[in-house]
Amino acid sequence: MGYLEHKFEDNIIVTKLDKLLSWARSTSPWYFQFGLACCAIEMMAAAASRHDLERIGMMPRSSPRQADVMIVAGTVSIKMAERVKRLYDQMADPKYVIAMGSCATSGGPYWQHGYHVLKGVDLIIPVDVYIPGCPPRPESLIEGLIKLQEKIRGERPLTKEKDA
Amino acid sequence: MINEQVAQKLETQFPGAVIVQEEPVEDCIMLTSDQWQDVAKFLRDDPELKFDSLQCITGVDLGDENPMDVRYNLHSMSLLHKIEIRIPVKKDNPTIPSIEKIWRIGDWFEREVYDMYGIRFEGHRDLRRMLLPEDWEGWPLRKDYETPQTYHGMVVPKVKS
Repeated sequence: MGYLEHKFEDNIIVTKLDKLLSWARSTSPWYFQFGLACCAIEMMAAAASRHDLERIGMMPRSSPRQADVMIVAGTVSIKMAERVKRLYDQMADPKYVIAMGSCATSGGPYWQHGYHVLKGVDLIIPVDVYIPGCPPRPESLIEGLIKLQEKIRGERPLTKEKDA
Repeated sequence: MINEQVAQKLETQFPGAVIVQEEPVEDCIMLTSDQWQDVAKFLRDDPELKFDSLQCITGVDLGDENPMDVRYNLHSMSLLHKIEIRIPVKKDNPTIPSIEKIWRIGDWFEREVYDMYGIRFEGHRDLRRMLLPEDWEGWPLRKDYETPQTYHGMVVPKVKS
């Protein structure tokens, strides 16, 4: 419990179940360990000791069944696009997608003449956060992940209206 | 000028194999494709040549009605010399003998050239596409290639402005 330890009397803490759920979700979005190109190197750098993604609760998982967030890090070639779609379909709800770098957001340097590159991963799967850069530095990736956490924290998974 | 010496050697060994260039633009040896397998074996085994390393195979589309080129970069690890060999192939139905059994690395090199240019390497044991999906249509690095509009329902050309 860390700094909360032995600080309370016998007590009742009042909150909304909705809020508790989305708070819990937002603080541990495990990401799918999966990289396609040079952006993956930056993602690895972000996960390594200097930037340390586990500070904000992000933990790499090697199976789509255990992951909440798919970071599409790199150039999505058309051959790979079908696999990306399948991996996304294999993830359990709630699931989120981050398009990292200009290739995943719009095709990047291949946007006009690349016969083999999908012009943005949002053509096949829904994207929550776009991160610009070629490739984005770990700081940008962390900024995007914090944005995603804010989005998740704003969700109300139990009430009928979305995002109350 | 190792290329010239090798060309002379090949001309005496295999008459008619070397295409004489009237005005050579670049330093290379032009060969015909019909004796290519024998020539390749000779290049690898001859004690004065010993080209034991095939470093690259490239396809080149020279545009219009020109024949396509297949280019081989050979290097000798023991004698430390290198040559470039160019073999023109016809653009309609391009075929060339495979040297995959002479230099084993040629297996993937030839598959890649086949993938991008559609040049068929006769005698290759497993000539499939290397990088592109197996049901891809067309040969992307040819000059007259046109990008398909869709692949398996996915839009290929740019859609955003």
